[in-house]
Amino acid sequence: MIKLLNVSKVYARTGSALEAIHLEVPKGQFVFLTGHSGSGKSTTLRLIHMAERPTTGEVRVDGFSSQGTPRREVWKVRRRVGFVFQDFRLLPGRTAQDNVAFALEVTGTPKAEIRPRAQRLLSRVGLSAKAGSPVHQLSGGEQQRVAIARALASEPLVLLADEPTGNLDDRATRGILDLFWQINALGMAVVMATHDLELVRSFPGARVLELDQGRMVFDSHRPSGGA
Amino acid sequence: MAYALREAASAFRRAPLLTGLSALMVGLALTVVGLFSLVAYNLRQAVSDIEERVEVVAYLRENARPPEVETAVETLRNLPGVEEVQFFSKAQALERAREELPEIAEVSSDLEVNPFPASLEIRFLPGSRTTESVEAVAEAAAAFSFVEDVRYGQEWVERLFLLRRIGAITAMILGGAFGVVATLIIGTAIRIAVFARRDEIFIMRLVGARDSFVRSPFLLEGAMTGLMGGILAALLTWGTHQAVYHFLFPLEWIPQSWMWGGLAVGVLFGATASSLAVRHYLREV
Repeated sequence: MIKLLNVSKVYARTGSALEAIHLEVPKGQFVFLTGHSGSGKSTTLRLIHMAERPTTGEVRVDGFSSQGTPRREVWKVRRRVGFVFQDFRLLPGRTAQDNVAFALEVTGTPKAEIRPRAQRLLSRVGLSAKAGSPVHQLSGGEQQRVAIARALASEPLVLLADEPTGNLDDRATRGILDLFWQINALGMAVVMATHDLELVRSFPGARVLELDQGRMVFDSHRPSGGA
Repeated sequence: MAYALREAASAFRRAPLLTGLSALMVGLALTVVGLFSLVAYNLRQAVSDIEERVEVVAYLRENARPPEVETAVETLRNLPGVEEVQFFSKAQALERAREELPEIAEVSSDLEVNPFPASLEIRFLPGSRTTESVEAVAEAAAAFSFVEDVRYGQEWVERLFLLRRIGAITAMILGGAFGVVATLIIGTAIRIAVFARRDEIFIMRLVGARDSFVRSPFLLEGAMTGLMGGILAALLTWGTHQAVYHFLFPLEWIPQSWMWGGLAVGVLFGATASSLAVRHYLREV
């Protein structure tokens, strides 16, 4: 479903971010993408989301290629790939339900369906009781749940998460990870970038990839473990 | 579309001063164009009126003999574009001068000799009052030996044409310059609007909203600003016309099609400026 074929990314200012990455993520897989800061985790996610294009090589997402998808068509990729950030990126001053409803509205959901669907999505992440609360009144864990509900609005095939627990305490982290597992159990692939190895170890069933200075140095699904 | 309309309308509520100033600037820019259009239109009307009076007058020598004059009348009448050739005798010329100029009437009774020459007045068919045909007829008239002098008002028409052309070019240059200013101002207003809504735009793109969906509220906002500017310009131009008409001299109002055209230009200005600003700016959000 997701393929990175010999992908390299070089930035004009900071130089090489990724080098010759080969990666394939099938449907329904749970992947931890680990590595130190600056190892290329976020760049990999941005390439899958087609927020950026590779300098060389090709990224394929559910049939869409980075080489053949024009800028004006990228929205089609985005509806297949949900994205969750460390800092939630919610619309301040709006309620949890409004934040989810906004994603539904701007992706063309019929007006009559928006509120019920937003409510269902919030129920799915365990937040139906706080649907009417302004997001700034919610805890970090709750805000991340709203962000996950929003990412699920277009029923994507894969959920990308960039350090989603980076701003959360242990208890909230556990709750969010459980939620990702529940989502994955229903068949949605999850690619989570994290530098927290404790977190990775607590979920032994997941595939683990490690990046170091832009190179893939470990893949738990390779027999040797090397990339 | 409902979303775009709602968002565009909310932009006016969020930043009324900014959108109001943008509309005002577009309005002032289009008012300049409107005023020059008013002048250009009236000049054109004036030229058309004068053009209708274009005629060639051939003044005859004292020794012109009636049979020769009759032949000349027939010859000139058959020239292309000529509608009518009329002979005015010396006596008729004096009579007309008395009617038109009271000063002449006072002194003409003391005159021993009638100083006015006989003449042939040649009028043209509509559509044949061009420089070429008038000159051709004037030359043909001048070729008769008993014709002393040929006069026609073509040089005035040409001057008026020139004036009208200068007016139109000035309107275009000034309109263009003010248009650029208005475009820049609308562009800046839209950039500020895009910046103010950068979080929403980020989320829209994140979750897969189409680019056209992201852009449409801004385009609509620009078009609405342009429309308001166009209406303001129409009102200011009309007000100026009324003031000139009542206090200075009668001036014709521009045709309705020009008005609609002006409003359409306002809308186009706004939408284009927004389109440029959004296209450039969305890449940065």
